[in-house]
Amino acid sequence: MRITASRTSRSPRVRAVSLGEARRPPAPLARLVLTASAVVAAGLAAIPLVYLLVRVVGADGGEVLAALVRPRTLELAINTVGLTVAVATACLVLGVGSAWLLGQTRLPGRRAWVVVSTLPLAVPSYVAAFGWVALTPVRGFWGAFVVLTVCNVPLVTLPTLAALRLANPAHEDVARTLGRSRARAFLESTWPQVRPAALAGVLLVALYVLSDFGAVAIMRFEVFTWAIHSAYTSQFDRTLAAALSTVLAAMGVALVWAERRLRGAQARHGSTVAARVVRAPVRLGAWSWAAGAGLTLVPLAAVGVPLAALLRYLTARASTGTRVPASEVAADALSTVALAAGGALVALALALPIGLLAARFRSRLSAALESASYVGLALPGIVVGLSLVFFSLAVVPALYQSVWMLAFAYGVLFLPKAVGAVRASVEQVEPGLEDVARSLGATRARVWARVTARIAWPGIGAGVLLVALTAMKELPATLLLRPTGTDTLATSLWRLTESAAYGAAAPYALVLVAVAVGPAVLLTRDAVATVRERRDGA
Amino acid sequence: MSELQVRKVVAAYDGAPVLHGVTFTVPSGELAAVLGPSGSGKSTLLRVIAGLHLPLEGAIVVGGRVLTGPRLAVPPERRRIGLVPQDAALFPHLDVRANVAFGLARADRAGARPEQLLAMVGLAELAHRMPGELSGGQRHRVALARALAPEPDVILLDEPFSALDASLRAEVRAQVRQVLRATRTTAVLVTHDQDEALSMADLVAVLDRGRLVQAGSPAQIYDAPRSRWLAQFVGGAVVVPGRWTGNAVACALGEVPAQLGAGEVVRPGDAVELALRPEHLVLEPADSPGVGTVALVRHVAFFGHDAVVTLDLPGVADPIEARVLGSSATTPDTEVRVRADRPGIAFAASAGS
Repeated sequence: MRITASRTSRSPRVRAVSLGEARRPPAPLARLVLTASAVVAAGLAAIPLVYLLVRVVGADGGEVLAALVRPRTLELAINTVGLTVAVATACLVLGVGSAWLLGQTRLPGRRAWVVVSTLPLAVPSYVAAFGWVALTPVRGFWGAFVVLTVCNVPLVTLPTLAALRLANPAHEDVARTLGRSRARAFLESTWPQVRPAALAGVLLVALYVLSDFGAVAIMRFEVFTWAIHSAYTSQFDRTLAAALSTVLAAMGVALVWAERRLRGAQARHGSTVAARVVRAPVRLGAWSWAAGAGLTLVPLAAVGVPLAALLRYLTARASTGTRVPASEVAADALSTVALAAGGALVALALALPIGLLAARFRSRLSAALESASYVGLALPGIVVGLSLVFFSLAVVPALYQSVWMLAFAYGVLFLPKAVGAVRASVEQVEPGLEDVARSLGATRARVWARVTARIAWPGIGAGVLLVALTAMKELPATLLLRPTGTDTLATSLWRLTESAAYGAAAPYALVLVAVAVGPAVLLTRDAVATVRERRDGA
Repeated sequence: MSELQVRKVVAAYDGAPVLHGVTFTVPSGELAAVLGPSGSGKSTLLRVIAGLHLPLEGAIVVGGRVLTGPRLAVPPERRRIGLVPQDAALFPHLDVRANVAFGLARADRAGARPEQLLAMVGLAELAHRMPGELSGGQRHRVALARALAPEPDVILLDEPFSALDASLRAEVRAQVRQVLRATRTTAVLVTHDQDEALSMADLVAVLDRGRLVQAGSPAQIYDAPRSRWLAQFVGGAVVVPGRWTGNAVACALGEVPAQLGAGEVVRPGDAVELALRPEHLVLEPADSPGVGTVALVRHVAFFGHDAVVTLDLPGVADPIEARVLGSSATTPDTEVRVRADRPGIAFAASAGS
C-alpha cells in the first residue's frame, strides 16, 4: 500500500522529465549550499598565496626592492634554476630510458623491474640526503643533484610508461612500412604521443626540486627554500623571507600552469581507439644484463645508500653512545600520526565540496574553484608555512604555533591530492546509476547515500590515507609552524642530521621510510597491474 | 610487375604456433582477400608479409625480389610494402597532409604529391584537418592515401572496414577498390567478413587455424568449396545427412543430384553430408503438385530484398534455412514443399555424425 502511495506522489516529476527538461534537474538549494561551501573551501585554500601577496604589498616597497636587488638574490636564482634544470634534464633522460626498457623490451622479469624502479618514491629526499651525507663525502650542488635526481626519476618513468602502453603500436608499424628504421619510427611516431606525459612528469620533478627544502639544506646548497628558512629563522629578516617566497611562488605557479597545459595536450593527442595490435617487444639478447644494471643504478642510489647508512648506524649504535630512547621516537611518531591525520581531515573537508562540484556540476566557477585548490601544488611547503606564520600572527594570534594551524597547512598543501581523489571517485559513478536509483523511488539524498557515496567511498578513503601518509613526511612547513616543544619524525631527523648525529637520526629515517612505502605502493599498483594485464592478453 | 608470393610460411607468436605453412600467390595488380575466423592467423600473416614479424620458415617474394627467406629478412622500411591498419592509426600529432606526406622523400613532402593523393581519395579539402576531426570513413581514406604515397609494390589492408558502420562500409569499400584498381597496386586485404572478401577481391584465400583451406576466385570458393567447413563458413551452407548413390545423395530432400567434394573418396551407399546453398532451395505451397519434401515453417526472417525461412525437415535433427527472394507468402507454422533446384556437393560424413 505504501509503495503505491509513494509512486503516485512521484508521478508529476516523472512527467516533467519526459517533457524534455534537463536530465538531472538541479535542486536549487542543495546546489547552492554545495557551491557556497566550495567557494569557502577554495577561499581558505587560497589564504597562503593571498596573504603572502598582502604581506609583500603591505611592506615598504623600497625595503622589498632592497631585499631583492642584491647579488645574493641573483646567486640564489642561478643556484635554484641551475639545480632545477639539471635535475629535470637528468630525470627526463633516465626516466624515458627506463620507461622504454620497461615497456618495450623483452626484459626478463619486467613486473619486478617496474616495482624496483618505483622504489625511490618510498624514500623522502631528506632521508636519501641523510644516507648520502652519512656515507659519502658528496656535498653541495652535486650532492643535491644526485639525491634529488634519483628520488624523482620515477615521476617521469611512471607516466611515460603509462603513455607508452596507450600509444598505438600500429603507428610504429605504419612508420616502418613507410621507410623508417626502428629508432626513427619510435622517434617520429611513438615519441610524439608519449612526449606530453614525459614532459608533464619532468615539470612535476622541477616543481619538487623547486620546493625541496630538506635535501638541499642537508647538502648545504643555497637555493631559495633554504635561504627563506635561514632569512626567517636565523636572520629574522621577515621582509626578505617574504620577498624571496614571492619569487619562488611565482616560479611554482608557472610550472603548475605549464604542467596542466601539457596534460591537456596529452588528452587531445590520446588515441581514440583501443590499441588492438600487440606490440612485439624488442629483444635485448646479451644487452639484457646492461639494461638490468642500468635499471638498478637509480634505485640503488635512492634506496640502497640510505638503507646501507641505516644498517651501519643502527648496528654500530651501541658503541657510539649517541642513543635515542625508543620512547622518544615513539612520542614523535605519535605526534606525527596525529598531526597528519588532522591535516588529512582538513584536506578532506576542503576537498569534498570542490571535488563534488567539479565532478557533477561543470561550470566556469567549478573549474576556477578547482584551479584555486592547486595552490598547494604550486607553493613550496616553506612558502605556505611562512605565509601562515604571518597570517596567524597578524589575524589570529591565538592560532600561532598551534596544532590547528599546522593541520591547516597540511590540508592546503595536500588539497590537490584530495580533490583529485574525490573528483575521480565520484566521476567513476555512472550518472546512469543515479538515474536508475531515482526511477526506483529513492530521493536525491538517498541516492547519494546508497549509491554515489557507497561506490565513491573507497577511492576517497584511499585518497585521504595517501594525504595522511604524505603529510607525515612534510618537513619545511612543519619546522615553521609546529608548536614549541613538539617534534615530528621529519623534524627530529632533520635536527639530528644537521648536527651530524647520524646514529641518533637513523631510527627516525627507518620509521619514515616505512611510512613512505604506503603511498609508493599505491602509485606503483596501477603500473604493475597494466603489465600483468598486457602479459595475460598477449 | 609486383606479383606477391607467400611460400610455405610457418610462424609463431610468443612460442605458440600460428601459421602452419601457408602458400599462395597474388598476381600483379590484383586484390587478394585473406578470409578467416578470428584467431586463424590472418593478422600474423599480414605482419609477416610486411616484415613486422619474422616467420620461422618460408619466404615472401615480391616481383621476383626475395624479402623474407632463409637467412634473409629485409627490414619493413625497405620492403616497399604499405600498410593500412584496422583503426587507420593516423599519426595524431600530424595533420592530414603531413600524415600523407610521411612516407615521401624529404624533397617531395612539400610538393604536390600529397594533394594529388588526397584528391584521389576525395579528401582534397581536408588537408589541414587533424585526425581527431575526421569521421571514421575519412580516416581510412587518409590512411590509404598515406600508404599509397611512396608508390609501394604491395599494399596491405588489415580489416580496414570493420570499425565502420554498415552504411559507411559499403561506400568506403567501393572507393578503396576503385583507388586500388586505378593505381594498379597489388593488395592483400585481411577480413573476417565474407561479403567483403567475395565482393572486393580477385582472389580469396581462406585460412583456418593457421592453415590455408583454399585459394581461388570468389566464384570458385563459393561454388566449389573444398570442405564442409568451408562451405558453411563462406555463404552458410545447408547440410543434410544422406547416402551417396553414385551421382546423387538420397536424403530428407529426396534424391538430390550432387558432385563429390574435391579429394573425397566415397563409395555408393556410404553415409555422406550434402551441402546446399540456402538460395538453391525452392519453396512451394504444400498442396501444389510436384517433387520435394513437405516441411514445417518455424520462423521467417524478412530482410526486404529477401527472406530467410527456417524449416523443420522430417527426419533431420537440425532445422535448415532457405533463402527466398522478395516478400514470400510463407508464414510460420504452415507447411511448404521444399526442393533443391541446383546440384549440391557431397562430403564424406564426419566422424561425429
